Amino acid sequence: MRRFIITRLVYAVLVALATSIFVFALAHKSGDPRTVLLTEYATKEQWDAWGRRWGLDKPLVVQYGLWLGRALTGDLGDSIRELRPVRKVIQERIPATLQLAAGAFTFSLVVGIPLGVLSAVKRGTVWDYAGRTFALFGQALPPFWLGIMLILLFAVRIDWLPTSGRGGVNHYILPSITLGWLTAAGILRIIRSAMLEVLASEYVKLARAKGVSTRGVVWKHAFRNAMLAPLTFGGLILAAFVTGAVVTETVFAWPGLGRLAVQSVTNNDFSTMTGVVLLFTVVYLAINTAVDVLYAYIDPRIRY
Amino acid sequence: MTESTADVPLAESLGPRRGVLPAAWRFVREWPLIPGAMVAILIIAAITAPWISPHNPLRGNLMKSGQPPVWDERGEATHLLGTDIQGRDVLSRIIHGARISLIVASVVLTTGGTVGTAVGIVAGYYGGQLDEFLMRIVDFTLAVPFLLIALVVVIVFEQSLGVLVTLLAVFSWGAFSRQIRAETLSLKTRDYVAQARVMGASTARIMSKHILPGVANTLIVVSTLRVGSLILSESILSFLGAGIPPPTPAWGLMVAQGRAYVSVEWWITFFPGMAIFLTVFAMNFLGDWLRDRFDPQLRQL
Repeated sequence: MRRFIITRLVYAVLVALATSIFVFALAHKSGDPRTVLLTEYATKEQWDAWGRRWGLDKPLVVQYGLWLGRALTGDLGDSIRELRPVRKVIQERIPATLQLAAGAFTFSLVVGIPLGVLSAVKRGTVWDYAGRTFALFGQALPPFWLGIMLILLFAVRIDWLPTSGRGGVNHYILPSITLGWLTAAGILRIIRSAMLEVLASEYVKLARAKGVSTRGVVWKHAFRNAMLAPLTFGGLILAAFVTGAVVTETVFAWPGLGRLAVQSVTNNDFSTMTGVVLLFTVVYLAINTAVDVLYAYIDPRIRY
Repeated sequence: MTESTADVPLAESLGPRRGVLPAAWRFVREWPLIPGAMVAILIIAAITAPWISPHNPLRGNLMKSGQPPVWDERGEATHLLGTDIQGRDVLSRIIHGARISLIVASVVLTTGGTVGTAVGIVAGYYGGQLDEFLMRIVDFTLAVPFLLIALVVVIVFEQSLGVLVTLLAVFSWGAFSRQIRAETLSLKTRDYVAQARVMGASTARIMSKHILPGVANTLIVVSTLRVGSLILSESILSFLGAGIPPPTPAWGLMVAQGRAYVSVEWWITFFPGMAIFLTVFAMNFLGDWLRDRFDPQLRQL
């Protein structure tokens, strides 16, 4: 077990390093930040001074080494656009993204779990078809389009909810649904198949034979075990959230990390871009690794 | 069981139903007719796009900017689904967009599928350190946030069909490799493979003649299941300005272009999004159906 955890951790660190090299190299290949900062009338001296300030006079490998050394201590350099630490820029955006993710996660659990259980317990009935249709719909809807259509319907046509931005509770409803939709569909499918499997197992049959009520069998015996299944797909769910956050925040002008990533790319803000992408990668890897380890702990068969 | 009058309802509910209607219903339930028809229409539209689309998808007429669909009283019969801000026919752009989506999906599947299958068979067949090494690379492609990497790549190598297809292929062969490797691991222990080896067949021959046909089913099922998510990924990247460059009529791009006008000219955004939704829906449905029919072991979700 210990060896497994160590291998996973070492691997996660290697992937993070490889990604950081890749992104750093790409960011520098995309252009000189001085072309963004200085006008064409800048003198040679100004050009060189800025070069020294940003460390651009050194070879790329050295620049990467210096950047990585500082990044490890939490210093991601200065944003070229905002001329203040990238770390500050990122920190300001974190709460918005976390709150949005929490809203979306709540939505997907509230919709996905009951529908999944229902369509497994009432297999082959209208409920089951409705649940499965919802799941297929959810996985086929383009998230950006869903967001725009929700805005059109609930914010423009019937003026119930705000179109975009962050504010009161009202502001959370549409973005949470947009981001949570795909996950709700995923959770529904996972819970449904896990419930079907558990409901067919020997111990559930035994519980039934012993005369436990249907409700007891479903919720006490089957549901608890079926809840383990979504854990395996924790990585997939997270992947959907990272991709979804970028899209959802763009559609709803939500001041979070996903929008920051897109903005830094369109603004050629290289240092911010590198920082955000690295942060996303590290979080992504950390949760994936945690899920792997947790799952290996619960089910020793999957260790390799 | 003898049939008495009292038994009829029971017998009906248990035995196979007869008659034309129930048979037709069974046929409809067993075969994915509607999604199949949707995919067929899509493929035909993509191939015959230049001949069946009523207008040039790239040439607009500013005099006709933002015309509503035909059923609106201001609509015109020549523009069934209306026109966009530049006065281009929305239906024609959607038909040509089908082409783009299918080109992207088929190129990515062919390259990603070929590389993925080759890597999967080699890793599974040789095992050991080579397997370990190849699978770690696969893990790598599946462990990074693809969308963000794609955004960064696109600012360096400008938007183009080639860059988009390469990106999608690089991040999609891994899924093939994993499944094919697992399949190869079980196939290589079969007797017929051992016999082939005893007969003196070369490793290359065993892999191509004995393992490859065995993984074909899996390959087809995985490919079909991937089409939907590939088309979705392409549309997301195009929407964010990191996919197909304008003025090419890609569905995701059309949604992005109509977004600013959605409160009035909703049709510019609505129909391309609907096209993405229906296509991905039909593809996913077919994929699920194929998997259940030909490769139920793959069923995990």
